[in-house]
Amino acid sequence: MELILEVKHAVCGYGKKSVVENISLKVANGEVVCLLGPNGVGKTTFFKTLLGFIKVQKGEILLNGKNIADWSRKSLAKMIGYVPQAHTPPFPFRVLDVVIMGRTPHIDGGSYPSRKDIEVAAEALERLGISDLKDKIYTEISGGERQLVLIARALTQQPAILIMDEPTSNLDFGNQIRVLQHINDLSKNGMGVIMTSHFPNHAFLCSTKVALMQKNKCFKVGDVNEIVTEDNLKEAYGISVKIIDTKIGKNKILKSCIPILEE
Amino acid sequence: MKFRHMYQNKMKNKKDSLIIVLLILFTTGVFFVSILTGRYSITPGQMFQLIAKRISGTQISKSINSNMETILFQVRLPRVLSAMLIGAGLSASGAAYQGMFRNPMISPDILGVSSGAGFGASIAILMSFGSLGIEMTAFLFGILAVGLSYFISKAVSRGNTTMLVLVLIGMVVSSLFQSMISITKYIADPYGKMPAITFWLMGGLSTITPDDVKILLIVIIAAIVPLMLIRWKINVLSFGEEEAMALGIHISRIRSILILCSTIITAACVSASGMIGWVGLIVPHLARMIVGPDYKILLPVSCLMGGMYLLLVDTIARSVFPMEIPLGILTSIIGTPFFMYLLLKGKKGWN
Repeated sequence: MELILEVKHAVCGYGKKSVVENISLKVANGEVVCLLGPNGVGKTTFFKTLLGFIKVQKGEILLNGKNIADWSRKSLAKMIGYVPQAHTPPFPFRVLDVVIMGRTPHIDGGSYPSRKDIEVAAEALERLGISDLKDKIYTEISGGERQLVLIARALTQQPAILIMDEPTSNLDFGNQIRVLQHINDLSKNGMGVIMTSHFPNHAFLCSTKVALMQKNKCFKVGDVNEIVTEDNLKEAYGISVKIIDTKIGKNKILKSCIPILEE
Repeated sequence: MKFRHMYQNKMKNKKDSLIIVLLILFTTGVFFVSILTGRYSITPGQMFQLIAKRISGTQISKSINSNMETILFQVRLPRVLSAMLIGAGLSASGAAYQGMFRNPMISPDILGVSSGAGFGASIAILMSFGSLGIEMTAFLFGILAVGLSYFISKAVSRGNTTMLVLVLIGMVVSSLFQSMISITKYIADPYGKMPAITFWLMGGLSTITPDDVKILLIVIIAAIVPLMLIRWKINVLSFGEEEAMALGIHISRIRSILILCSTIITAACVSASGMIGWVGLIVPHLARMIVGPDYKILLPVSCLMGGMYLLLVDTIARSVFPMEIPLGILTSIIGTPFFMYLLLKGKKGWN
């Protein structure tokens, strides 16, 4: 299904205070947009606005041309899946039960998940290769596993776009790369993804577009090679970096970013 | 793969049904023991004869006099039924609140319903209302207190109410009504009305009438049904507001239904029985240890266990000691050490 999430000159913030100004962005099926920027620049605020938790102060956010404020919670949840940072809820649900919660927008008012809903959840677990976690207790598995479970829950919503809040935070090196691999696979199958990251290398690894947010409320969006440059990163984070090319296989070049400490 | 998974789910369903059947059997047992226990002894045979007479008008033997009939149907049966209803109601609303507030330490009176009802009853006693008047006033003030908490926290947080604000305002409102209860005690006549207020606040079922039971039955069932219908959403709600929203839940609507129903249940219970603490906190806790956190099964099991628990405690309250102990005091005396024990044993069922 063709789906486009479009942000037009949005101003986001809490109450009367604006945190993010004049942000414009487009995400279509199969695109991975990586949101980079220093702490406190408003990435979370922007995400909350995208998900409709807080209202946009100016400008508009359109999903398939229709303002998200006009979508019902339920129909929005069928289109946009949210993967929060891994956390610990207060009650020890089974992993499968947590994943089935992704079916909530598809379940009618007073009813409970059907056999089909359970199957969709089991498929999502299988797709991420974590079927063996199914009967474990969600609060007792590792942070990396919890992150994958939350991704599985979002997939169970069967959305067209995933919004992922630092999907690699708190994960060890291997799990970070495995999550990025999953994101890559999902986008190849047509999923649109918007994610935040603290690592420019993650943008090189899997994104098609990068949005760089800076402290001065300046906002740059474009192709990863255009945006993640030595100058831009210096401007955004205030540190020196080198971008290098590494040849992988015959004719594939992977860029990566190396930070340089001052002498 | 898929089959194994279905099989395991079936196993869990089987275990859950077994627990429900056992609870129903056990409650039935406690029900008969309780109905036969008391100062005026009635044998099981006499009880069945009396019941048969009620239903089909059969003759009864001479060993049964009319006192027995009155005691059975006017005193014991209302008391036993009300204990079960109140226990079930308090436990259901406690369980629902714990999910919504994402906190296993929350009890159903967190938003001020008990103190509000207590104040309503105190005023009604002060103004010499009859027992129905006292109950009605208690009920209305219970609802009023929660309404205050709800709307003040809405005003404080300008639309975007968080659970923390709600709890804080609830505590403020509770404490306000507690001090107003103290005022009514202070100005009440120390030989007549003050003891009446104090006695009412201690909580007990000794004054329950058959009419009270009818009202309780209707009100509690009417308010538990919506809770049962949204119990899947309470699961999702326990993951936090933002996640629940992202999963397509209309937060403010579900929250209003939950608070309204829980409040109606608790207000009805408190106005019929006075303040009976700890039931709504401990029973959901216990139920969670046995069947896990899924409200699909947690809510009905909480109801059953709550009904059984309060019936058991009330039977003890009226029969073990030479003088009847106020139920509210006994639930606290039993509840607090039991809760300590649960905490010491390790936090199973929550984090």
